[in-house]
Amino acid sequence: MANSEQEHAHIGYGGYTLIWLGLLALTALTVTAAGVNLGNVAVAVTILIATVKSYLVATIFMHLKIESRLFRVVVYAAIFFIVVSIILLFSDYTFLRE
Amino acid sequence: MATENAIAHHDEHRDDEGSRIGMWLFLVTELLLFGGMFFVFAVYKYVHYDAFHLASKELSALVGTINTIVLLTSSLTIALSIKAMEDGRKTLSLVLQSTTLVFALVFLVNKYFEWSAKISHGTYPGSEEMMSRPNGEILFFGLYYVMTGLHALHVIVGLIIIAVMILFTVRGSIDRDRHVHLVNAGLYWHLVDVIWIFLFPLFYLIA
Repeated sequence: MANSEQEHAHIGYGGYTLIWLGLLALTALTVTAAGVNLGNVAVAVTILIATVKSYLVATIFMHLKIESRLFRVVVYAAIFFIVVSIILLFSDYTFLRE
Repeated sequence: MATENAIAHHDEHRDDEGSRIGMWLFLVTELLLFGGMFFVFAVYKYVHYDAFHLASKELSALVGTINTIVLLTSSLTIALSIKAMEDGRKTLSLVLQSTTLVFALVFLVNKYFEWSAKISHGTYPGSEEMMSRPNGEILFFGLYYVMTGLHALHVIVGLIIIAVMILFTVRGSIDRDRHVHLVNAGLYWHLVDVIWIFLFPLFYLIA
């Protein structure tokens, strides 16, 4: 994230392929992790891996990393408020259930 | 406002960045749509923990994994097709767009066989077999059909959009300097991929 915009301004064919390989590796990891009995942390591990994969798709494949700063602020702010509303829904469910 | 009109440009008005951000904001509303469903899934999984676990075992992790690989690879090919277009390599871009289209079809064919197998076993909402099961399993399969169904609908829409992009590229209305439509089609396609990234492990692997 600390990298300058110029560095990523031209993602090459090799760069995309590398990200794709990373995504496949993370898929293998999530399938393997599901085979191991992780108990309560299984969901957390799965969501963590899925979030990392989505981050790679959004920043590299969807070019979020090479968009302007204002562009990224708009998108991240929108995503942030979705996360907030989901968290509020969960807290609502948890505390109002009984 | 009158002055703005007075100095209207004669050249074509284009705002590619504005176009992309419009697409992104639309995609965020899609996240909200699926986010609500994921919330429902999470709550029912918590309430019917064991039933969700049992029902999930009936789904083929292998088919799910294959479809994940298919979608991830299609995301790569559409990203590369945009890169090829930026480099002025129209033929390569067309080949990559068409490859993406084929992957989308492969995904849907897999989904068709998966659903047909389930339905032929009587596992579908409202069936006699389904209604004899515990509530948790009924909910699991209800959510399975609604969420993967809505996702598959997005795959079909994406497939149509990519087909139109191929047509535009052949006609020349998408080219090296004007390809924001292709970029937005790519964004939509990647979103379909991102949603599957969450759907796959939650339904096929860990529930």
